[in-house]
Amino acid sequence: MLTYFKNLGLGVVTVLNSMRVAWRHLFTPSVTLQYPTVKWKMPERSRMRLFNKIEDCIGCSACARACPTKCITVQSEKRGKDEPEIYASDGTVIKLRTVVYDIDMTLCCYCALCTFPCPTKCLVMTGEYEYAVYDKKDHNYHFAKDKPMTVKAPKEQSTEKA
Amino acid sequence: MEVDFSGDVMTLNMGPQHPSTHGVLRLELKTDGEIVAEAIPHIGYLHRCFEKHVENVDYPGVIPYTDRMDYCAAMNMELGYVLTVEKLMGIQVNNRVRCIRIIMAELDRIASHLIAAGTYGNDIGSFTPFLWCFRDRETILDLFEETCGARLLYNYNWIGGLMFDFKPGFEKKVIEFIDYFEPQVDNLNRILSDNFIFVKRTATVGIMSPEVAINYGVTGPNLRGSGVKFDVRKDEPYLGYQDIDFEVAVGKGEHGPIGSCWDRYMVRIREVKESCKIIRQTVAQLTPGDVRESIPKRVKPPAGEVYMRTECPRGELGYYIVSDGGLKPYRLKVKSPCFTVMSAFQEVSRGSMIADVVAILGSFDIVLGEIDR
Amino acid sequence: MESIAQLLRLIPKYDKLPGMAQAIIPVLVSCIVIFALLALAVLFLVWMERKVSAHIQDRLGPMYVGGWHGWAQTIADALKLLLKEDIVPAATDKLLFKMAPFIVFLGAFAAFVVVPFGASSFVTDLNIGVLYIVAVGSLSVIGIIMAGWASNNKYSLYGGMRAAAQIISYEIPSAIAIMTVIIPVGSLSMVDIVNAQKGGIQHWFLFRNPFIFLAFIVYFVASLAEVNRTPFDIPEAESELVAGYHTEYSGMRFAFFFLAEYANMFLVASVATTLFLGGWTQVLPSSIAHQFIPGPILFFLKALLLIFIQMWLRWSLPRLRVDQLMYLSWKVLLPISLVLVLGVGWLAVYW
Repeated sequence: MLTYFKNLGLGVVTVLNSMRVAWRHLFTPSVTLQYPTVKWKMPERSRMRLFNKIEDCIGCSACARACPTKCITVQSEKRGKDEPEIYASDGTVIKLRTVVYDIDMTLCCYCALCTFPCPTKCLVMTGEYEYAVYDKKDHNYHFAKDKPMTVKAPKEQSTEKA
Repeated sequence: MEVDFSGDVMTLNMGPQHPSTHGVLRLELKTDGEIVAEAIPHIGYLHRCFEKHVENVDYPGVIPYTDRMDYCAAMNMELGYVLTVEKLMGIQVNNRVRCIRIIMAELDRIASHLIAAGTYGNDIGSFTPFLWCFRDRETILDLFEETCGARLLYNYNWIGGLMFDFKPGFEKKVIEFIDYFEPQVDNLNRILSDNFIFVKRTATVGIMSPEVAINYGVTGPNLRGSGVKFDVRKDEPYLGYQDIDFEVAVGKGEHGPIGSCWDRYMVRIREVKESCKIIRQTVAQLTPGDVRESIPKRVKPPAGEVYMRTECPRGELGYYIVSDGGLKPYRLKVKSPCFTVMSAFQEVSRGSMIADVVAILGSFDIVLGEIDR
Repeated sequence: MESIAQLLRLIPKYDKLPGMAQAIIPVLVSCIVIFALLALAVLFLVWMERKVSAHIQDRLGPMYVGGWHGWAQTIADALKLLLKEDIVPAATDKLLFKMAPFIVFLGAFAAFVVVPFGASSFVTDLNIGVLYIVAVGSLSVIGIIMAGWASNNKYSLYGGMRAAAQIISYEIPSAIAIMTVIIPVGSLSMVDIVNAQKGGIQHWFLFRNPFIFLAFIVYFVASLAEVNRTPFDIPEAESELVAGYHTEYSGMRFAFFFLAEYANMFLVASVATTLFLGGWTQVLPSSIAHQFIPGPILFFLKALLLIFIQMWLRWSLPRLRVDQLMYLSWKVLLPISLVLVLGVGWLAVYW
C-alpha cells in the first residue's frame, strides 16, 4: 500500500522536474543556423572538394598511389629533350607532361591521403561543399590541359581501378 | 509479412527499414498478442566486404576504411587499428601523440554516448533530449573539424603519429567545452534518466544476468551494466591509461534488478562523466612535440600476426592482423563488440513485450556498420 | 444558433421556404461556421505546436513560409497533402478504409455543438450537454478500429487495438471527474455550468474546493489519453509501429486524421475550460471590474493555455507502455476519481 503512494508521489515529482527543465529551455536561445541565408565559414583544414592547380603538377602520380579508393587517374609522358624547361611555382622543374589527370569525386572518400605526398602541394582539399550536379559524370573532374605529343603510347603511370 | 496460423503465434517483421532499429537490421518477432516469443535478428544488410577490401589497400590506406565501420565513434576505430600495426612494427610514439590520442578518443566516446542516450530517449518517446544531446555533440564535432577537417570520418590517427597537430588554443577550447558540458549531463538526467516514466519503462526489462553476459562474450557498457567490472582500459591498459585516475562505471541496480536496460543506459551516462575527468588529466599531461616524427616512410611490417584490443564506446574492439611482410595486410579480422551483443539479444528479449524489444535494442546501442562491416 | 436564424431571416424570400427547410438551414449554416472555426483553430494550433516544440528543443521551427516566423506553414502543408496521390492499398476493405478518417473527425466535430463560446455564442443548449459530449467523444474509437482493421497491416492493427483499449479505459475516470463538477451545479447543461461560475476567478470551480482541483488534474490526464497525446501516444508510437493506425493513409485522408487529432485536443481543452475554468466568464472578480474582454476571446485564451500545457507535456515526457497505461487508468485514476466524487458529494450535503 505504502509503495503505491510512494510511486505516485515519485511519479508526480519527477514529471514536474522534467517539465521544469523543458520550461527553462523554452527561453534559451536557439542554435539553429538558417542555412541558405546564413552560412558558416569553414575551418581552414576542411576536407571538401579536391582541386589541383595543374600548372604546378609535375605528374609524379604519388597522389594516385596513395589514394585508398583509386579515384585519381594520372597519365603522363616524358617531355622531349628539345622542349623548353618549365617550372612549377616553387621552382621544381617539370619533367613530365600530364595528359590525363582525372579525379572521380564519386569515389573519393575525403581522407586527404593524396594531398600529403604531393611534392609541390598542387593538390589541395578546399572548403567548398556546395557542388551538387545533375549528372554523375560531371563529378569526374578533368584537370589536365596538355595533349599527348609523342607517337608511342603514353607511359601508364596510374594504378588500375579494381 | 506472413501470418502464421499455427496456434497463437503471429510473425511480425520489424523490417530493415524501421525508425528505431539503429541501422538496417531485420528483427523477426514471433509474438503472441503483445508478448514476444522469439526475436530473431537478421543482419548483413550493411555488409561492405571490409575485411576483403583492405587486403588490396596498403596499411595507411586502411584507416579510412576502419572509420566507416562504427561511424559514430570513428576515432576509436582508427585508434584500435593503428595501435595494432604499431604493436606489430614495434613503433613507440612520443608523449604528445599519446596524450592527443587519448583526448580524441575520449571526446569521441562522449560523442558516441550522446548519440546512444539521445536515440534511446527517442525510441522511448521523449523527443527532446535527442536534440539537446546533438546540440552538445555539435560542439565536439566542431572541435574535430578544426583539427583535422572532417566531422565524422576523420582519418586522423596515423600509423606512428597523427595527421595534424592541434591548432594553438585547442586545449583551452576543450577545457571550456568540458566545463560547459558537465552540468548539461545533470540536465539530461533530470529530463530523462530520473524520469519516473522512463525508469518504469526500462528498469525492469531486458535483464541480462552477469552469467549470460559473460557466456555470450558481451563487453563494454553492456557487460558493466550487469555488474561485472571489466574495462580494457583498466585491465589491459594501453596508451598509458594505467597512470590516469578514473573510475569504471558499473550498474548497481538502483531501480530494479541488476542488468536491466536502465543500468546499461546509466553506465553510459556515468562513463561520459568519467571521460570528462580523463580529458582534464590528459590535457594537463600534454607536452610539446612533433606529432609526425615516428611515422615511417613506408609502412612495411615484418611477417607475423598480432592481436590488440582496445575499449571502444560499444565494448572491446579487437584487431587481428596477419602480415606477410608486404605493403598490404594479408588478413585483417575485426572483433566487433556489437556483433557479440546481438548474439545475446535473442535470449535477453524472450518474454518481453513489443515495446520492450525496442527498449532492449536501444539499450544495447548497436551500430550496424560495425556488426556487418 | 438563434442569431444565425435571425441573420438568415434577413435574406429576402427566406420566409417563403417550407418549414422543414427553415428548421434545417440554420443548423447547416452553424455547422459550417463551426467547421470553419475549427479549421482556423487547428491551423493555428499546428503552427503553435511546431513553434513550442522547436523552442523547447533549442531550435527555431518554421521560419520561412509566409514571412514572419512561418505562420503560413500549416497552409502550405495542407495544400501539399491535398495535392498528393490518393493511395488506397489493394487488399484493404475499401469502404471502411475510406470512411475511417471521417468518423474519427466526426467524434471531435459533433461535440462542438454544445460548447458555449460566449454568452449567446453556441449552436444549441442541450439540457444533457455534458452527457452528449461524453457519448459523442467515444465515436472516434470506432473510426480508429476501422482504420486499423481496414489497412490490412499488422502494425495498424496493433495500433488500432491499443488505441481502442486506451480510449475506452480512460473515458471512465474522465467522466467521473466531470461528475464532481455536476454535483455542485445540479444540471448537465453546459450553459448552466458556465453561468454558475460567473463573477470572477474565485467562483471558478477549479478554486472552489480541493476535490474539484484534483478532479481537474484527473480530467486533464484522462483527456490526454483520450486524444492520444504523449505520454499516452502508443497508437501512434512512431518509433515502434511506424505510425500506428494511420500508417497506410496518405494525402488528404492523413490530413483528416491530423485535423481530427488537433480538433480533439481543442475539444478537450474547451470542455475543461467550460467545466473548470469558467468558460467565457471574466477572470477578474466582478467587484473590481466588469468583463471587458469579449467572451469568445477569453474562452479561446483559456483553452489555449490548457493546450499549451498539453504540448509542454508532450515534449517533456517519454511514452508509457500499454500495460502501464492500463495500470494508470484502472488502478490510479479510477480510485482517485471515485474518492473525489465521494468527497464532493459529502461536501455538498454537509456544507
